[in-house]
Amino acid sequence: MRVLPKLSVVWLAFVVFAWALGAQEGFDDPVLNERYRELIHEIRCPKCLNESIGESKAPVAADLRREVRRLLTEGASDDEVKTYLSSRYGEFVLYSPPLTPTTFVVWAAPFALVALGGLVFWRILAARRNQPLDEEPPP
Amino acid sequence: MVKYIVPLAIFVIIAAFFAVGLRMNPNYVPSPLVGKQMPTFSLPSVTDPQNLVSSEALAGRVSLVNVWGTWCVECRHEHAFLLELARAGLPIYGLNVRDDRAAAIDWLARLGNPYVSSGFDPEGKAVIDWGVTGAPETFLIGSDGTILHKHISPLTLGIWQRDFVPLLREHCGPADCPFLAALGGR
Repeated sequence: MRVLPKLSVVWLAFVVFAWALGAQEGFDDPVLNERYRELIHEIRCPKCLNESIGESKAPVAADLRREVRRLLTEGASDDEVKTYLSSRYGEFVLYSPPLTPTTFVVWAAPFALVALGGLVFWRILAARRNQPLDEEPPP
Repeated sequence: MVKYIVPLAIFVIIAAFFAVGLRMNPNYVPSPLVGKQMPTFSLPSVTDPQNLVSSEALAGRVSLVNVWGTWCVECRHEHAFLLELARAGLPIYGLNVRDDRAAAIDWLARLGNPYVSSGFDPEGKAVIDWGVTGAPETFLIGSDGTILHKHISPLTLGIWQRDFVPLLREHCGPADCPFLAALGGR
């Protein structure tokens, strides 16, 4: 039982250390820092499939975060940062890709599926409405 | 009968999506740089810091640009084949990434140096312009400086013959690319 508090101290030290490491990377200016935090979570790490560059520990993600900081320091807009990265790594790195003929299906599919589901639902309701009350189906 | 057609059709559609989707390589990310002019760079050479390796050196000839580092196990794997390509006469330029200069020099001295020269990029800054995500990565550069092909993972004779040789046949003749006869395959 004595071991537990010791372990939790080690764990706490670890968490604080990790937090300090991560905090080093931001900006002092809170507005800029907020933009930076948002951007690195909107850009996908090109090496690690389902992580943003903000989450990933891959070397390329660290390099891209540094590149985002450099661009923001130079006064680039969010769109300029995204264009800069997607012209090198492809639209793959954007978690919300722009609407183009190739990405149209991705954008339209949810709406199409909701519409389809609505249609099916409405047809089921319509069929039930026409069912006479005295002719209820056997249980 | 009709009752079964709808679920069957849905099953067939989903099965078709899986059949195609599960065969795709999730690590394959097409590069937007293929077909475009290669990015310009100017880096100190690994072996001689006074000398610069720049994109201008690549002009006028078909060449390879290979991203490597001594920390990269797979680079060691492809090294022998790079030496073979270099021996056949293909100019290869290296981009040494996130490496230690002494370790890189030692690597080239021990294993042989397939590169005309290698640019030293310890912080991985220059390779961002190339859309590089790791090592090894290899770019085929046309004599006009366009990127003809990008390959991620170690280069082998099989990959060379499948992906590079057809492009080389298209973009250069036996006069410009004498190495094609040596490594062009059947």
